[in-house]
Amino acid sequence: MARNVTPARKATVTAVAWIIGLAIFFPILWTILTSFKTEAEAIASPPSFVLFDWTLENFAIVQERSDYFRHFLNSVIISLGSTALGLIIAIPAAWSMAFVPTKRTKHVLMWMLSTKMLPPVGVLVPIYLIFRDVGLLDTQAGLVIVLTLINLPIIVWMLYTYFREIPVDILEAARMDGATLRSEIIHVLMPMAVPGIASTLLLNIILAWNEAFWTLNLTAAKAAPLTAFIAAYSSPEGLFYAKLSAASTLAIAPILIMGWFSQRQLVRGLTFGAVK
Amino acid sequence: MPTQHSRVHARLMISPAVLLLLGWMLIPLGLTVYFSLLRYNLLMPGMEQWTGLTNYRFFLTDPAFFDALRNTLVLVGGVLAITVIGGVLLALLLDQPFWGRGIVRVLVIAPFFIMPTVSALVWKNMFMNPVSGLFAHAAKGLGLEPFDFLAHAPLFSIILMVSWQWLPFATLILLTALQSLDSEQLEASEMDGANYWNRFLFIVLPHLARAITVVILIQTIFLLSIFAEILVTTNGGPGTASTNLTFLIYAQSLLHFDVGGGAAGGIIAIILANIVAIFLMRMIGKNLDA
Amino acid sequence: MGQIRLDAVSKSFGDVEVIRPLDLEISDGEFVVFVGPSGCGKSTLLRLIAGLEDVTSGRIEIDGVDATAVPPAKRRLAMVFQSYALYPHMSVRKNIAFPLRMAGLGKDEQMRKVEEAARVLNLTEYLDRRPRQLSGGQRQRVAIGRAIVRDPTAFLFDEPLSNLDAALRVNMRLEISELHQSLETTMVYVTHDQVEAMTMAEKIVVLQEGVIEQVGSPMELYSAPRNRFVAGFIGSPTMNFVNGEEAARRGAHSIGIRPEHLTISTTDGAWQGTVGVAEHLGSDTFLYVHLSDGSGTLTVRAGGEYGAGHGDTVYLTPDPAKLHRFDAAGLRIE
Repeated sequence: MARNVTPARKATVTAVAWIIGLAIFFPILWTILTSFKTEAEAIASPPSFVLFDWTLENFAIVQERSDYFRHFLNSVIISLGSTALGLIIAIPAAWSMAFVPTKRTKHVLMWMLSTKMLPPVGVLVPIYLIFRDVGLLDTQAGLVIVLTLINLPIIVWMLYTYFREIPVDILEAARMDGATLRSEIIHVLMPMAVPGIASTLLLNIILAWNEAFWTLNLTAAKAAPLTAFIAAYSSPEGLFYAKLSAASTLAIAPILIMGWFSQRQLVRGLTFGAVK
Repeated sequence: MPTQHSRVHARLMISPAVLLLLGWMLIPLGLTVYFSLLRYNLLMPGMEQWTGLTNYRFFLTDPAFFDALRNTLVLVGGVLAITVIGGVLLALLLDQPFWGRGIVRVLVIAPFFIMPTVSALVWKNMFMNPVSGLFAHAAKGLGLEPFDFLAHAPLFSIILMVSWQWLPFATLILLTALQSLDSEQLEASEMDGANYWNRFLFIVLPHLARAITVVILIQTIFLLSIFAEILVTTNGGPGTASTNLTFLIYAQSLLHFDVGGGAAGGIIAIILANIVAIFLMRMIGKNLDA
Repeated sequence: MGQIRLDAVSKSFGDVEVIRPLDLEISDGEFVVFVGPSGCGKSTLLRLIAGLEDVTSGRIEIDGVDATAVPPAKRRLAMVFQSYALYPHMSVRKNIAFPLRMAGLGKDEQMRKVEEAARVLNLTEYLDRRPRQLSGGQRQRVAIGRAIVRDPTAFLFDEPLSNLDAALRVNMRLEISELHQSLETTMVYVTHDQVEAMTMAEKIVVLQEGVIEQVGSPMELYSAPRNRFVAGFIGSPTMNFVNGEEAARRGAHSIGIRPEHLTISTTDGAWQGTVGVAEHLGSDTFLYVHLSDGSGTLTVRAGGEYGAGHGDTVYLTPDPAKLHRFDAAGLRIE
């Protein structure tokens, strides 16, 4: 399809693609712009795009009112913690499935994925009550545990698909070279799977960062991450567009920045390793 | 074929993951089943009573249940339709050569990074608000009456928001799959006299089948339990117009403190999800070997 | 030491018996080649010795010690894989040092041994490259380097030359043979190429469908094949077989004669025929002769300058001393 592209055609495609791309991105752009406006300008009609007095006051107010940094720190701990823990549990499991497959492997994998299909709400109350009774409610540890478990099937699946691309010969060579299972995994498998592991890691940080069922229902104040921080703006403060935008910008910025810096791995990860 | 040694290792190494997930599944599930058979209200601690299937009867005869069921299906189906069709079109577009592909790709992916709560709030207030949202401004600019999206078309509005979040994902997977299509196949079909539409129908679309399956599977997993978008925008309303099963059960157990009723709802949701899951697993299982 | 003994070893994958119970003795320092058509079980047999597969029954002894249940990492064997199986994320230096690192050798000791191996294999200037920056032959040498640094009890080679082009293959063949002569370590080598087997082996093990057809030196196999399979497998071009009357006359079910043991004449001889195709290789000419009595086509080796061409009538005479006779079961008749 790539041959004989006339400049006119290429120009048309360029125009259409950019218009659609900008349209899809627009809500984010608009939010970021609004976060630098005063409240009056934020609701001005007609709205102004760039020609307004840029201000940072909204960010200061948001930090003061809802303590952004505490929520940010909670989000970081919860998403990094659950991803790291998930990888530690999933790497050995994925090794088993990819390199020592049995008749049951495919079923185990399917079963794992199917646990993700259990509607979380179905088990919300028992988890809530268990967490209350063992003191995990509104703690970072509690959320790390829950997010590890809900993302584990996806981590296992992704690692499995990446590991399967690694020739088993090389692991056997390591075995012949006298490597223990530990060395085989740490010195041979993991370095070879770095791109896959990186993709898995990035995708899971994003999923954990944005997870908004358990984080909203299992936290109150102490361990609340950014999803809860932003949910607090749902009513009536939501009408203060500039502050809402500032809070939103603050909540999504870390992930957007991380996403842009690691685009290549992330794009690979976004396909959940399922499409090559 | 692996040796006995590696099989022993394999079993040891897979067990933490399996046992944790088994526990995560069975313990709360058991408790949910147990609670669902009790009259159990958090406002009346210590008053739990065995009630058999009463909770189920109440839940299943509640008209809200059928609304929620319908809303869930419309929500999942609507988002899937928009993202799959939109994703295929967008992927075909982005697969063409044009200037600035890298940047446009980043722009298109961006919504996937956005927290559902943020996305819902931004759409609700800054776009769909009938007084000061951008859509209202646009409507006024065109001399039209602003439309109150969330009051008059709550479910549709939520479908729009969620589709915006998931369209990038579908596009990206389909684009990746499209790029792996062997161009010789297309050239051969062109030599055989196939026009653009025929090439799309008989070569491109079958090639995308596996990717589309993946999109449907993964999105369904996430879409069945949409919660935050509803919580921050409509709270399930007006009435039950935008209540899905997840939200209904949440409301039952944590807003009405009716743990027993909520648990019964949870079990029903799990059963329904399993029906969907079996269907999907069949589909993906077949496609996964390819 | 590098003595390997297989005692009634068998291997099944599910219901399929890939190796039928077999015994084999490999003495210290010997160069043994397992040869056979693809699917004959030769690679499986090698992997059984390596410990990468479990035996279904039987016993494997290495240096007199039962190694049947010993994991591959502890058998002190080194293996060179068909795909080379180099670690792509490590430099050549680190690849070769890996087994030493796993054995817990000191850094200096590791480096000394790596340099030594690199010198022997002409890899010194490539030590800091990654495997993907090397040519096929160089990768092959790295794989061999990784095997020799650790002074294994025996080397196992799994079709190591099959990914190389023809010229390089001849070269590497010589290098491996020289390596064997200088190291004097046991080598077990798997190939489907009978030329490799003939040129490298001290002892050839011919396998077919999981059964050992014959064990012997290359010349034993060439001059006294135990059955028709071995006779047809060893030697190139392959042995001619004649059935029917000619065989019966010599008291056999079928007779075999190698192309190089037929003399060709344009005037007279035992069998008359016409030339179908003549292949001129320069050093030799191979003629495919259709026998006039319709009993088949024979391949004949003639001199490089031999002039006969398509359609010419020729006469062939077998060297009676080099004639092989087989009974109805395909077994050799002495």
